[in-house]
Amino acid sequence: MKHVKTINHANLKESAVKGGCGECQASCQSACKTSCTVANQKCERKQK
Amino acid sequence: MIHKYQLNGYYIVLDVNSGAVHLVDKLFYDLLDDVDEAHLTEHCPQQIVDKWSGCYPEADIRETYAEIVSLHQADQLFSVDDYDRFAKMMTPSPVKAMCLHIAHDCNLRCQYCFADTGEYMGHRQLMSFEVGKAAIDYLINHSQGRHNLELDFFGGEPLMNFDVVKQVVEYARAQEKPHNKLFRFTITTNGVLLDDDKIDFINREMSNVVLSIDGRREVNDRVRARVDGRGCYDTIMPKFQKLEKARRNGAFDQYYVRGTFTRYNKDFAEDVLHLNEMGFDQISVEPVVADPSAPYALTEEDLPEVFAEYERLANIMIERAGTEKEFNFFHFMIDLDQGPCAIKRLRGCGCGNEYVAVTPDGDVYPCHQFVGHDDWKMGNVFDQSLDQERKAQFAAATVYGKEECRHCWAKFYCSGGCNANSMQYRGDILKPHTLSCELEKKRVECAIMIKAALAEQA
Ligand code: SF4
Ligand code: SF4
Ligand code: SF4
Repeated sequence: MKHVKTINHANLKESAVKGGCGECQASCQSACKTSCTVANQKCERKQK
Repeated sequence: MIHKYQLNGYYIVLDVNSGAVHLVDKLFYDLLDDVDEAHLTEHCPQQIVDKWSGCYPEADIRETYAEIVSLHQADQLFSVDDYDRFAKMMTPSPVKAMCLHIAHDCNLRCQYCFADTGEYMGHRQLMSFEVGKAAIDYLINHSQGRHNLELDFFGGEPLMNFDVVKQVVEYARAQEKPHNKLFRFTITTNGVLLDDDKIDFINREMSNVVLSIDGRREVNDRVRARVDGRGCYDTIMPKFQKLEKARRNGAFDQYYVRGTFTRYNKDFAEDVLHLNEMGFDQISVEPVVADPSAPYALTEEDLPEVFAEYERLANIMIERAGTEKEFNFFHFMIDLDQGPCAIKRLRGCGCGNEYVAVTPDGDVYPCHQFVGHDDWKMGNVFDQSLDQERKAQFAAATVYGKEECRHCWAKFYCSGGCNANSMQYRGDILKPHTLSCELEKKRVECAIMIKAALAEQA
């Protein structure tokens, strides 16, 4: 395509079906902690 | 739902529900205003061609329109929101993370401390090993099938009660095998009491360590002062540097220097750069959340300046990418491909559900920021109690349970903000703190722009 370049291969929808195992780090978004944007976290699911 | 924005010369379009990020040209960007998401026709409607034919060649308009349609067909643009059904399935989870308030006391008096300079609206108190041990048992008991457990040593200042930290770590490690669990310890410290022995222990046992310092000496010392009013920069900086150096060869490499910026240092990019110059490459500097009447509080008025500073920082990071002076700014870290699943993103903060805080008395609260607000007490480690009704309330606090989040383009990056801030500033855990939302959205825009810029350069 000439007018658009897609820079990732995200497939959030697929991940919804396969995900949710709950083994990844609990996150806190508050300024007083190791606050983070959830989107940078690592997935820890064993088999994807 | 899409979100489009212009930043740093880039035209960026996010497709919210699929997570796709598109870098587009101006024509594509303009046309998006006119296409009807609900009724996307196969061929470009004549009124769109007419509207733009003064600015762009007609063939280009039609070609671009066709690209929009094909991205839509690939479910990468205007993709449908079908997450509601997942959100409805978000039932309470096992508890797997705990914030242990090892010391309700502190040797600093930081002006912006949310914890009432360590006392949490109570009195100064250290946690006993008895309580720490009962808390570990409580966590194991409530974690059900979860394997990875997280334990954060928090305060006040946890180094004021370091012997108990060591005892608790030893006790928890001994429980790993019999219960088939893996503990990950983390600690947050102001650094004043760090010595070789503590550095050694922290680097050996803690999978992450958070070192609190605000940046430049004058910025840090203005707010992070000792009981007698003197600043702490000169004491802590060399200790943090020592810890970081020693950590490089250790079992765990994760650490952060983390600071808070306030109204006093809206040029906080300078603090980030200062921390980098002092040898740190994992840096987090975050906006203070405070009552607007506080002199250091950030308010709506400050946003334009803060936004400009985020943009400046983003540009510096693009310049430095791939060079020796590259660093990580925690709030701009975003993984566009391999990030967490959408389920995780529906409910970012685990507070009161998979995460709890325990006070020196053994009382259980939804998280560290609820401690001291008695109405929110959820149980006690000695009788294993846990308020299941409260837990269900927090479990339902997904981005689809929060009206404003449901309609927010940033929902899958932010995941709904901080429930404690929502409670404190808007009286309802389902109503996000507006100022924090504005800041979060700006950070996400900058973080994605950095990715776009790096993709362009590659
Ligand atoms: S570990 Fe991965 S799949 Fe499991 S909940 Fe976390 S992000 Fe989702
Ligand atoms: S930015 Fe605010 S409204 Fe948007 S998802 Fe986050 S908390 Fe919700
Ligand atoms: S409520 Fe706020 S402070 Fe508490 S865990 Fe969630 S994001 Fe962190």
